[in-house]
Order: sequence, then C-alpha cells, then structure tokens
Amino acid sequence: MSAYRITGETGEWEVIVGLEVHAQIVSQSKLFSGASAEYGGEPNTHVSLVDAGFPGMLPVLNRECVAQAVRTGLGLRAQINLFSRFDRKNYFYADLPTGYQISQFEHPIVGKGAVEIELSDGEVRHIGVTRMHMEQDAGKSIHDQDPTRSFIDLNRAGVALMEIVSEPDIRSPEEAGAYLRKLRQILRYLGTCDGNMEEGSMRADVNVSVRREGEEGYRTRCEIKNVNSVRFVMQAIEVEAQRQVDIWESGGEIDQETRLFDHVKSETRSLRTKEDAHDYRYFPEPDLLPLVIEQSWVDELKAALPELPEDKRARLEKEYGVSRYESGVLTAEQSVADFYETVARGADARLATNWILGDFFAALNRTGRSIEDSPVSAEALRELLALISDSTINGKIAKEVLEDMVETGERASVIVDRKGLRQVTDTGAIEAAINDILAANADKVAEYKSGKDKLFGFFVGQTMKAMKGKANPAMVNELLKKLLAS
Amino acid sequence: MSSIFDYTLASAREALRTRKISAVELVDAHIEAIERLDDGLNSFITRTPEQARLAAKEADALLAKGEGGSLCGLPIGIKDLFATEGVRTTAASKILGNFVPPYESTVTANLKRDGAISLGKLNLDEFAMGSTNLTSAFGGVENPWKRRDSDAKLVPGGSSGGSAAAVAAGLVLGATGTDTGGSIRQPAAFCGIAGIKPTYGRCSRFGTIAFASSLDQAGPMARNLQDCAILLESMAGFDPKDSTSVNRPVPHYEAALGRGVKGLKVGIPKEYRIDGLPAEIEAIWQQGINWLKEAGAEVVDISLPHTKYGLPAYYIAALAEASSNLARYDGVRFGERVKGESLDALYEATRAAGFGDEVKRRILLGTYVLSSGYYDAYYLRAQKVRTLLQRDFLKAYETVDVILAPTAPSGAFAWDEKPTDPVQVYLNDVFTVPASMAGVPALSVPAGLDSRGVPLGLQLIGRFFDEETLLAAGSVLEKAASFTHRPTIHAGVSA
Amino acid sequence: MSLDAKTVAKMARLARVGLSDEQVHTYQKEMQGIIGWVDQLNEVDVTDVPPMIGTGLAQPRLRDDQVTDGNCREKVLSNAPDREGPFYTVPKVVE
Repeated sequence: MSAYRITGETGEWEVIVGLEVHAQIVSQSKLFSGASAEYGGEPNTHVSLVDAGFPGMLPVLNRECVAQAVRTGLGLRAQINLFSRFDRKNYFYADLPTGYQISQFEHPIVGKGAVEIELSDGEVRHIGVTRMHMEQDAGKSIHDQDPTRSFIDLNRAGVALMEIVSEPDIRSPEEAGAYLRKLRQILRYLGTCDGNMEEGSMRADVNVSVRREGEEGYRTRCEIKNVNSVRFVMQAIEVEAQRQVDIWESGGEIDQETRLFDHVKSETRSLRTKEDAHDYRYFPEPDLLPLVIEQSWVDELKAALPELPEDKRARLEKEYGVSRYESGVLTAEQSVADFYETVARGADARLATNWILGDFFAALNRTGRSIEDSPVSAEALRELLALISDSTINGKIAKEVLEDMVETGERASVIVDRKGLRQVTDTGAIEAAINDILAANADKVAEYKSGKDKLFGFFVGQTMKAMKGKANPAMVNELLKKLLAS
Repeated sequence: MSSIFDYTLASAREALRTRKISAVELVDAHIEAIERLDDGLNSFITRTPEQARLAAKEADALLAKGEGGSLCGLPIGIKDLFATEGVRTTAASKILGNFVPPYESTVTANLKRDGAISLGKLNLDEFAMGSTNLTSAFGGVENPWKRRDSDAKLVPGGSSGGSAAAVAAGLVLGATGTDTGGSIRQPAAFCGIAGIKPTYGRCSRFGTIAFASSLDQAGPMARNLQDCAILLESMAGFDPKDSTSVNRPVPHYEAALGRGVKGLKVGIPKEYRIDGLPAEIEAIWQQGINWLKEAGAEVVDISLPHTKYGLPAYYIAALAEASSNLARYDGVRFGERVKGESLDALYEATRAAGFGDEVKRRILLGTYVLSSGYYDAYYLRAQKVRTLLQRDFLKAYETVDVILAPTAPSGAFAWDEKPTDPVQVYLNDVFTVPASMAGVPALSVPAGLDSRGVPLGLQLIGRFFDEETLLAAGSVLEKAASFTHRPTIHAGVSA
Repeated sequence: MSLDAKTVAKMARLARVGLSDEQVHTYQKEMQGIIGWVDQLNEVDVTDVPPMIGTGLAQPRLRDDQVTDGNCREKVLSNAPDREGPFYTVPKVVE
C-alpha cells in the first residue's frame, strides 16, 4: 500500500501518531472503594465517602482490577512488572474530589508490548505499546442544567481505568483506526474492558505531529483529548495533520498544547490552558503500599487466559479450512467465533461457513439483531444444516426454513415436518412427475431432442415446481437425463 | 483529701466496677469541671455533654449487670482530628468549621466499642500543624500549668494541645492524640502527662483527618502510663480499611508495665546532646539515666548519626504530603465555601479564607518541594534520608532495647514567647521527629519540674511494635520520678 | 536556591490559595528561610539509598471485588455547601 501522505504546497508530509487509550476495567466495584463500578445509576449513588474524598478516607486496592490489568498486559504480549506503584497526580478540578488522581506514573504494572494490525490491503504492521498502567476515572460535570452552575456527579469517580500508551508508530488515520479496533477486540476477548465507546468505556488521547517525507526526528506534537469513537479519531488525525502542515508551510510554529476535536465542525481547537496550570507534582501515594505481585499469580492468570483473536483466527483457518478473509470476519467478535464453532464443529465446515456468513448474517441484519440475541441459536442452525447434509431438505428449502425459524423460533425439523418440506427421494414419485411434464410438453421434448440443450433447465424447473421444490435436485437431474434420452 | 478528680483512668475503672461510683456521677463531675474551667483553658472545640450523659446511663446499666467493655463508663476526650459520626469535626480549621462527618474513625469506634464516653472534641493546631496549639482557628489553648513566678499564659504544646491540657487539668481521664512529628509527646511533656506514639501502622488512620499520611499515627494521652496502656489496647489493631495498617495481634499492654528493666540495655544517643541544650534538660536526662541504672538497666552510649537531618527531612516529607492531602478542602463537597465567579476563583477564595497562615505556609512549601524539577532534590531525597534515619535506629537496636532522650528541648513557653521565625518553632520537634520519621514507637513521661515549676518530659524510643518494652521502662521512670505535682488550673482545685 | 515572589505566587496558584501581594511578600521571606534551612540535606550522601516505605512490616493487601459501599447519597451530600437535588454544584465551567 502506498504510504499515507499529505501533499502540501512545498512537498509531501508524513503523519506521526501515538495513542493513549483509556479503557475502563471490567469489575464489580471501583479501583479503591467498594462502590459499584456499574455504568449509569442515579446521580451520586455509586459513590462512597472514599470516592467523594471525605477527610480521613483511605484507598484499598481491588484485587480483580489488578488481575484484569495483568490479563490485559498478557494479551498485549507485554512485560508484566511484578513491582509497580501508585502515585498521586495533583490538580484541581470540579470532578476530582481529592484534588489528586491516583495513577501509576513512575512504575506501571505493564511494560512494553505490541499490537498487530492488518490494513485493508492485507499488510500487517506491529504497533508498539510503551506501557500500560492503572488509574482512577474522574466524575462527571454537567454543564447544561443551570445557567450559572455546573453540576457534579461522582458515579464515575474512582472507577478503574487502564491507560494503554502506544509508541508513535502509527502513520495514518487508517492505521489508527485499525489499532483501536484491534485493541478493542483484544480487550473484549480478554473480558477486561467492554469496549463500549458510547458509554465512555474506551476513549483516546491522540498525539499528532507531522514531518516532511524523509525527515528524521519528530516535530512538536499536539494532544487531542478524549476522542470517543474510532471514526472521530481517524477524522481528528486527518484534520489536525492538515492544520499542522498548513502552519509549517506558512512559516509558522506549532505550540505543544492540548486540543479538542469538534466533529460537527470537523476541526480541532486549542484548550488554551496556561502552561503553569499543569504541574502535576507526582509523588508516591503514601496511603498505599507498593504493589508487589507474585510470578505464580501471573502464571495462573496466563494459564486461564482465553484464546486471543490472532490465535483463534489461525486455528479456524487450520481446523475449518476458512479463508483469511473469512477468519477475520468470524473472529471479529468472540461471540461470533463461538457461534461459528458451535455450528461448524463436527459438521460440514464449508456449509457452516457459507451459511453463517451468508443467509444467517443477512437474517440478523434484516431483523436488527446481534449474535448475542440471535433468534436462532447455534444449535438450531446446526440442526438446520444437518438436514441439508443428510438430504432431508435441499438448500433452497433450507432458506425458507431459516426464515421461518427466525420468525417463529421453532426448530428446523419441526418446521420441515409441519410444512411437509421433507425432500422427495422416491424415484417413482419423481419419475411420475417427469413423465407427466414430458407428456404435457411434447413439442419442447421434440425441440430438445433436435439439439436445443438449453431446454433441460426448463424441464428441471417444471419438475421442481410440480414437486413443490422438495425433490432432490440431483435425482431430478439424473432421472430427467434418463427419460429424455429414452 | 480525696476527690473525684483524684481518679486515674485505671482507678476509676476499678471504682466503676465495684460500684463505688456510678458512670453518671463520674461523667457529671467532669462535665461540670469542663463548664467551670474550659471557657478559660479552651481545650474543647465542641462539648457533647448530652450524649455523654446518655452514654453514662447506658454504661451504668451495663456495669450493674457486670457487663460493659474495658473502658465502660470512663469519660475521655477526642482530638478534633478524628471523625466522629454526627459530631462536628473541625481539625481546628475554619474550612471545616461546620463539618459533621457521617462516619466514625476506626480509633474512636474502637474506644466506643469498649465503652469509653466522649465528653467532646479537643482543640489542636489547625490540621495538626504546629507545636504550640496557637494555630487553631478556634483560639489557642492555655496550658493549665503556670510558672511559679508569673501568671503568663503558657502554651500546652502541640498539635495535641487540647488533649494534653484537658487531661492535665482533670477535665477528662484520658484523650486521643495524633503524632506526626511529636504532636503527642511534646504536648504531653509540656503539660506533665504521659503520651504514646505507637509504631506506624499500629492504630488505623481510617477516619482520622490526614496531615502527613506516611507519618500520622494516633495514640493515647493520659495522666500515667497505665492509663495510656489501657487506652492503647483499645485504640490499636489491624484495620482492613487502612492499607498501611499492620496485621499483628494487640498485646495486653497493661501486663508489660511491671516487667522492670533488669538487664535491659538503654541507649543514650550522643547526637541528641545538641548545642545550646538547656542545662535543666540535660539534668533531667541524666536523672533519667540514673533512675534506669538504679533499676538494673545497662546504659550504653549510642550514635544515631543522621539525627540532625531528621527535622529538615521531616518538614519536606510532611509538607509535601500535606499539600496534597489538603487539596480536598475546596468548598465543593463539604466545608466552608466562599463564592467565586469561576471554579478557580471559588477555590482560591475558599482556601484563602478557610486556612490559617501556618497551614497556608505549609501548603505552599509542600507544593514547592513537589513542583516540577524539585521532586528529586527535595521529596525523594527526604524519603532517602528517612531510610538512613530508620537504619540508624535499626542498627542501634542491635545493641540496645530502648533509647532514652529528652522529649523537647525546653519546657512550656509563654504564648507571647513563640518565636516569629518558623524554623525556630520547628526546632521544638527536634527530639521527637526522628522516631516519627523512622516509624518506631516512642513515649513521653513527666519526669520533673524545671526551676520555674513547669513540667519536663523524658522520651523513650523503642523497636517496631515493641510498645511493651517502652511501657516497662517508662513505668520505671514514672515510679522513680513519682510525679505527683498538679497544675495550677485543675478540676480538683476549687477556685 | 532562591525562592522569589514570582515562584511563591505560582505555588499559590497551583495550590489554589488566594494571596494578596503583601502576603506573597511575607511568605516569600519565610519560605526562603525554610528552604535555605532544609538545603542542609544536600550534605547527606544518599547514593544507592532507597526511599523509605513505612516500617516495611505492612503486608500488601488486595480487596475482594465486591460492592460493599456506595448507595449513600444523603451521606455523600450531607455536608455540601451548595447542592442541587442529587448533585454538588460549582460555578459554571466553560470547556
């Protein structure tokens, strides 16, 4: 694939992107308190006095959040640091109750790793992961309820986040999109983050800079904060890179600053924060001991890790003979892969692949359902396909049966029996039908015999119609040939 | 002459159990004494007589059945740094002037569980920052002691000055204190009472308003070490809500009091003989050495080479942590708010009006030592110096069991003798800070009076979690000193 | 190290403590004195010395992942100087 370039007045520019992804850890309770970490809830109900920063309240670390961070690190094939530590990041904000965020600044729990991405042209790239650490989320400020005041809801305050920092290895909006989607896929497979960007479970800070083609080193970068969809990340990179190119080319300078992406206007704009407003005064959190974990625990977590997307993909290709493209679609979501395997295991894998990627997905689309609430279970679909394989019904009838299954939720065999769709394999019955048709179409038989071979299809159609579609197609063909030849 | 105010915590406990006195009588007498004396002393910020009387009635009911915890019916005071559910908790700061916690600190919950009755919340330096109790937003506390030759108001020391004054004046039988760099031991010495700063991690910090998290430790203050031992046994213990709390069984401290010091090795740190140490302090220290020797201890000269760096390292560590711990007082979720046009204006106005000068100075300094470029030079270096201080002690404990030193470089001084230079004020803590920095336990017992009639204390510093040896040695000092003097202002002295 | 008035003003801004010019001046002198005094720590050789972590006797502890707290909105809001229904309030923040 040709590299992504921005063509300016004075030449070609390359885009350099690094992403800091904040992913909410799946857990019952918060990182340092026993309040619920569930999304939503009435304002200020998922809040303990610890989360609200009351005097004398102290943090106690959640074991499951640590386990989730370790699982994620393992999933990113990254180094797990047995010694890590929490620091305080000090700053004032309305939704930060204690005046500091507890975060792992100097000693993160996860070190270097990598994410493999695949681009639309099949090219595979590795995007480096610099580090990953745990930290607390902040609360929410609500600005549109009152003319002079903002309202504060602390339900999110203290929920556990993972911050996954990439190397500046990303070179195009497409790569950024692929990286985010891949990361999301891995986290969802691991069950460590639900990846729900609408609910803010995943959001990204995007670091963008540009440089002339062939230039060494990096120019000043800008950080676009809190972008909450893959599409917006891609758009933000595009417009921000263009903005920077325009400034450099007109002889200007880029200020290192924080910016916001406005998707309505499709532009980024400066947050205009004063430089000295950011001095986070990190120091080790004295209310917590350093986090020391055992290698044996890491090994245990590793042994219990689910199969990761790449591994699953390779296995599906090997075990079920699916193509690279098909394996990509089938493993995009763990639930799809599970569904597929339930259907394909011990069945005609090719038939299962074709049906799932074809008629079954079409049925889901049509009904607006997802695989999780599919009206047809994997077991039910497997039964349907088995009916094809053992010639109980033919493919055409099977499509009709699937539609009925979607509508009624009934089992395939029940529908086949109720509607009398069982395929006719009785030679006598098919022969009788053929003989009737040949007798009624003597002229066409004559034409066929004089060389008009195309008419064979006509006889097939007429026979199937007479048999209400239930005749075994292979037998119809065979008997037609025999009777027309006589 | 025998009055209700002659009771110690231990003897009152006995009198309650044998029904020689009722909890209601005991509590009423102390409430009356507070009403009589405390408008002057100002040792209480908040008095809770109604709750106390109710609790006393309940205590009597339990005692009548032969039930009730180890502290059942005993009136005490709570430093106003411990959150008490439903009772205003101020940290002696304007910014928490009307703060009523919907929760109870673990230490006070433990005391309540064992039946202690709180008569109210005791004054302190604002956010426990000070060694004079003059920085309280609710006014300074008067030391119940006076010099023989003068009527000048003396400071009770700090930060637990209200606790020390109330105990010394007989207004309560015991009190809670907190010690960050000497805040239990120094006021105990200034007011002629006993006080223990336990090992860091011995008492839970949950629900205690933080000054410096890595140093803060709650402890008991009372008229003698037996009373302190009784209180500590109740206050101490593992708390899963405090990640720095240590999971070790709590010993029966009272049992250690009579162990004696025969064969015990007592270290005398040469670095504590600082330049300009007053002769009277030197003399009382020597007296302590002699007492322990006479009781059979072996006295050994030791060196704690990093002692002189204890104080500056302490101020860096404590102020850095304080600047962060006090960020939550922003006028949004609790506490006093001063309105502002913008969020930052609200913060700045609230904190400008809510904090006193000393607290502001410490927040600014703490902010400075953590600010970019200075973390390594100040905070990190201070924490490394702490390691060296700790190693000094650990090395000393290879040869000695306990260390004897003065508690403070002077006795109580007058309100108007407080130096204007903050550094001079900080020097009050020079002998108490090293143990705080190292996390080791220490106590102070009254040892005598100086030439002007003001009490002086001696300090014992022990091994991690070896409060028992401290109590054994302290008890020997206590007996030898037979400190029976009473302050000028005392509940048992009728006006 | 010199601690000038500008630095003091900056620290006051970082710490959100409103100070008058006069106060900045007073604090500058006091803070300068204290910082000068603590600078004696530079005499200490701390090569290869790790920072202290408590008594070293506390065991790292992890909590079970259970919802044991929260659902106490009235407590959470009980001391709010200005509340609006279920919310804390601040002057309007413009983003």
